[in-house]
Amino acid sequence: MRTRKTLITLVAGAAVLPLALAGCGGGGSASSGDPDTLTILDYYNNEPDKTLVQDLLDQCAADIDVTIERESVPGKDLIQKVLQRSSSKTLPDVLMLDNPDVQEIAATGGLAPLSDFDVDTSGFAQGILDAATYDGEVYGLAPVVNTLGLFYNVDLFEQAGLQPPTTWDELKETAAVLTSGDQYGIAFSAIATYEGSWQFLPFMWTNGGDETDLQTPENAEALQLWVDLVGSGSASESVINWSQGDVKDQFVAGKAAMMVNGPWNIPALNETDVNWASVQVPVNKVGQTPVAPLGGEVWTVPQTGDKAKQAKAAEFVECMSGDDIELQAAESRFTVPTRTDLIPEYVEKVPSMEAFAEQVVNARSRTGELGEDWPEQATVIYNAIQLALTGKATPDEAFEQAAKG
Amino acid sequence: MTTTATAPAVSAQRTPTARPTSRFRREGVVKAMFLAPAALYILLFFGYPVVKNLVMSFQEYTTKTFFTGEAPWVGWENYATVVNSGLFWPAMLNTALFTVGSIAGQFVIGLALAVFFRRRFPLSGFLRAMLLLPWLLPLIVSSATWRSILDQDSGILNEFLASVGLGAVPWLNSPDVALIAVILVNIWIGIPFNVTILYGGLQDIPEELYEAAALDGATGWKSFWHITLPNLRPVINVVLVLGVVYTLKVIDIILGLTNGGPANATQTIAIRSYQSSFVDFEFGVGAAFSNILILISLVFAIFYLRGNRKQVDE
Repeated sequence: MRTRKTLITLVAGAAVLPLALAGCGGGGSASSGDPDTLTILDYYNNEPDKTLVQDLLDQCAADIDVTIERESVPGKDLIQKVLQRSSSKTLPDVLMLDNPDVQEIAATGGLAPLSDFDVDTSGFAQGILDAATYDGEVYGLAPVVNTLGLFYNVDLFEQAGLQPPTTWDELKETAAVLTSGDQYGIAFSAIATYEGSWQFLPFMWTNGGDETDLQTPENAEALQLWVDLVGSGSASESVINWSQGDVKDQFVAGKAAMMVNGPWNIPALNETDVNWASVQVPVNKVGQTPVAPLGGEVWTVPQTGDKAKQAKAAEFVECMSGDDIELQAAESRFTVPTRTDLIPEYVEKVPSMEAFAEQVVNARSRTGELGEDWPEQATVIYNAIQLALTGKATPDEAFEQAAKG
Repeated sequence: MTTTATAPAVSAQRTPTARPTSRFRREGVVKAMFLAPAALYILLFFGYPVVKNLVMSFQEYTTKTFFTGEAPWVGWENYATVVNSGLFWPAMLNTALFTVGSIAGQFVIGLALAVFFRRRFPLSGFLRAMLLLPWLLPLIVSSATWRSILDQDSGILNEFLASVGLGAVPWLNSPDVALIAVILVNIWIGIPFNVTILYGGLQDIPEELYEAAALDGATGWKSFWHITLPNLRPVINVVLVLGVVYTLKVIDIILGLTNGGPANATQTIAIRSYQSSFVDFEFGVGAAFSNILILISLVFAIFYLRGNRKQVDE
């Protein structure tokens, strides 16, 4: 009896993992039966974004005369939720997706192309359209986008009599000068997740590197820059474990004089005493154009089978990228409008976003070239960064070694 | 079993009118009804996931599958992908080191503490309760806290080392140290479980044995080796086998501390399984990884069962 009990316990223990893997479906409300009600799924579950986005959604709901039922889940749960809803045929009428995920989900056949509903997709920054395009069809629109820039502590720069760096050499020198005691010159995120790859992209792309072929001198040079910054002690060895949130905390705590980060940190930075400003990510050689990756969320119309409702949903998505909504979203959430003709007006209103707005015009989307194959290369990139920063490989060998993983 | 079988036979001889078969049947039905809920539960919540996971590991199961319902059969391809991936053998080695290191640490410290708390002393009850603390904290909280403790630049552990004149250790930043750091944290988490079970086992050892042994001159280490350990053997078996099964599948602590890094130094089979399924969305490959893990757990289960049978035979 005792052994049998133990056996059952053992089987139970062994079954925990597959239980998680089976990802038992079910749950969640189906597309509502009411023809004038649209269900919405997004991942803005934290304040202040949650309320700010609710405000925009309400405006569009009033605009096209529908009621909305919104559900917000934590960011890391969204894709799992979408997959569960796909298999139980209960996808929402309007779905928000992080832009690098759009092509992956579009490839499953779960999204409706916007051309089905004659949605006008002209006038948007090309980078974000590329992210939402799969097999020549646009599947979603992003009202606003964000990207990466270089934040710096103005007080520390003034004390040292320094100007914000524009080239990699200047970046290294400035960072070295500003490193003293427990204050590092610069902080960035080199963590072993897609976040690390995303932070590396501005350096890699600006230097002419490309994700289709990672084993190039340009990419190795960019990686060498990070290795130099950590090797010289200008950046902490802990960067390999820092998320972008950790990087922000270091900057706010005065433990980093500069940081590579995005404008979504601005509300938090404004709540602190830190006197900050931001510039574009420095380039390797004078004359290069800074190319940063595009971040931001895209609103899409899932295939729910209810054509009339999908048409309404498409109208809703179109409204969410209207001029007025874009400007409001950009202003309140420190992001950049995707309609390029709005950018000059926007920068006038919010001067602190100038560096990011400039960056967005030339910015690229992560999935623009590789589509659903991007995650694989992103994994190679962060693994290569980790190998190089821990001294397990030289920057020249790192990408090759990481590709074998 | 033999008594229940002969009793009806005897009664049947005495009273030929009684119908033993129907009584047998009724008893059988009652037994089955008692069993049914448990059997159904196990079938539904353990049987189904295990079988589903097994089937999934032979399919190309990706994001598309969720929408179309199609998961083409690919035979052993997922297993080939798993075994041929550059991280498979390092992850196997890490799993072994992580499991052996964690179990050894947890068990030795746990047993020492359990024996220590056998003695009554002021506040012993309170201290024993405090020992449970790591168990009560959500793992995500523990790992976040440890991450800040182990921070290289401003972590409290390195500050302490510096104050006693030792250099800073790159706990989570060096591929050579990270696995050790993760094992240390997992030992801390596993101690309460070991103490609790082993302490319970110690309570069952009759005091007279020690008294008798003391009369024969066996005290201290001798009484530990010849009385405590042999009497504790069944409990030790349970602790070790459950410990192995629990440790093999640890992911939250590693994800929270290092996310498998730096430079893949803390990749284990469980982490590979999680990342294949929920980061790469290759559910077939993830299932293959987890089946390998289950197979390893089963080997330990068999060892355990055989060990126990021997004990019964003795």
